[in-house]
Amino acid sequence: MNLRRVETSTWIYLAISFLLIFIPFIVTGRSMQFIFIQIFIFAIFAMSYDILLGFTGIISFGHVMFFGIGAYSTAVTLGRMDATIGSFVLGAIIALVIAAIVSLIVGALTLRLKSHFYAMLTLALAGLFLVLAEKWRSVTGGNDGFTFSLPEFFRDSETMYWFSLLSMVLIFFGLRRFTRSPFGRVLMAIRENENRTESLGFQVTYYKVLASVVAGVVASFAGVLYALSLRFVNTAVFATDLTIDVLLMTIIGGVGTLIGPIVGAGLVEFAHHWLSGLADVHWIFERWIILYGIVYVLVVIFFPLGIVGTIQSKFMNRPVRALRTNRKSDGKKENRKGA
Amino acid sequence: MTAILETKDLSIAFGGHVAVNGVTVEIPEKKFTSIIGPNGAGKTTFFNLLSGQLSPTNGSIYFKGEDITKVSTTKRARMGIGRSFQITNVFPNLTVLENVRLAVQSKNKVRYNIFSHFKHYPGFEKRSLELLDIVFLKEKANAIAASLAHGEKRKLEIAMLLALETEILLLDEPTAGMSVEEVPAIMDVIRNIKDEGNRTIVLIEHKMDMIMGLSDEVLVLYHGELIAKGTPAEIVENETVQAAYLGGGV
Repeated sequence: MNLRRVETSTWIYLAISFLLIFIPFIVTGRSMQFIFIQIFIFAIFAMSYDILLGFTGIISFGHVMFFGIGAYSTAVTLGRMDATIGSFVLGAIIALVIAAIVSLIVGALTLRLKSHFYAMLTLALAGLFLVLAEKWRSVTGGNDGFTFSLPEFFRDSETMYWFSLLSMVLIFFGLRRFTRSPFGRVLMAIRENENRTESLGFQVTYYKVLASVVAGVVASFAGVLYALSLRFVNTAVFATDLTIDVLLMTIIGGVGTLIGPIVGAGLVEFAHHWLSGLADVHWIFERWIILYGIVYVLVVIFFPLGIVGTIQSKFMNRPVRALRTNRKSDGKKENRKGA
Repeated sequence: MTAILETKDLSIAFGGHVAVNGVTVEIPEKKFTSIIGPNGAGKTTFFNLLSGQLSPTNGSIYFKGEDITKVSTTKRARMGIGRSFQITNVFPNLTVLENVRLAVQSKNKVRYNIFSHFKHYPGFEKRSLELLDIVFLKEKANAIAASLAHGEKRKLEIAMLLALETEILLLDEPTAGMSVEEVPAIMDVIRNIKDEGNRTIVLIEHKMDMIMGLSDEVLVLYHGELIAKGTPAEIVENETVQAAYLGGGV
């Protein structure tokens, strides 16, 4: 590998990742470390969603099913076997394989549909998984869920922090290469103009299915880490709220950027923590979700490309600038039509 | 003269409306064939049938003697039938270079590589720049496609089509929506492709000077039916065609 050819942004991301290694030495409180772990996990989940939404233009309301598959596969394996690294690896492999199979089947059966139909169908499928988890109590523990023991390696909060950080960094660079591969460029072409991509000789459905498999597998791994971090799992891991959360993280951070979902995950998790923590200051903060909603509306109005997207647009002359211009001109056209 | 593309009794109906009605034609290889007809004659629908965007309700399409009636758009593109669209059809938020590079990538069958960086194929970029040079867009290679003027987008479409190196180019009104000043540049591009003499070009156009100047053969569609076929000179003299265009009925 020729180090001179490594992009500046790669060095910056590596430097930030390196600095993040030292957070547990500065922030020693378990609760704050836990927030960082949650950020890393949701960043992975949000990046997986970005592959669908930001790079391929697929809107899914059921992405949480893969997250739930990951969480339950790990929890059930560790709950029924000895809490060893071997069990964890087995659980993770089961999670990834099930997620790959499910996403392959769901994708192959549904991705021929137009986007809004696909979105509604995935919502229904996620609902199906939720009901299945609630009813299959002997395995899932239903709404009450169940706790399980962690392998010795993960019991330490710092280790869990570093493992989650390492996972996030590796997945970030892996997905970055994926989106910059010839395959990834075709995904972007599909996002831009599906019919045109087809007329260039690309089998669009294959690409969409493979993108959904990659996104499903990564989301499943986020679920694996989520179960590990909580040492507990219940049917909430299949709740649509989580899909909405990652959708917000991706949009707030900036779709189609990969780094945006990480920023979005950080902001949403910290906002959640601080806003709910302000309940002691004033009663209005007990309803933190209202403030959260207001912040979200403001971000969408003032940063329609997301935070990272806006920065890239302003300072790096990235294609997103044209996206914004298009949106504005489309709006003007609509207004003219309306007039 | 060998026919590269043939249709036999090709028809398509949308409900009660028959947009293309029993069209049987032979498109000669490495010749320039134009399709004309008043608005609503079924020209673009006929193109959609040839490129696979629509499936006929009746009839067959043959490419080099092989029945491709049920072959998908993607496979037809891979077989050698490329088309441009009446409405500008590029990837708006990608750069001009990226638009063409995707077509070059497809031509080189690099389709499912997820490990290499796309810049590990420097030949693709070189070829893309050559094609952009042909359509006079090389200096705009790094511009975002959405920021191009309408005429430039049409040129970009032609560059993407050329990148596929298909044997047949189906050009659907390449000058539609262009200003008078922009048309000659597109005509030059098309004329240069024709002069190379190694492609079959099928053109839909309304600009008669363009049709007369470029075509070896002209097909005339009217209400979905083929009403005339011949050299440009023959078509100009054809009374049926004159009646169709002047509204006298056929």
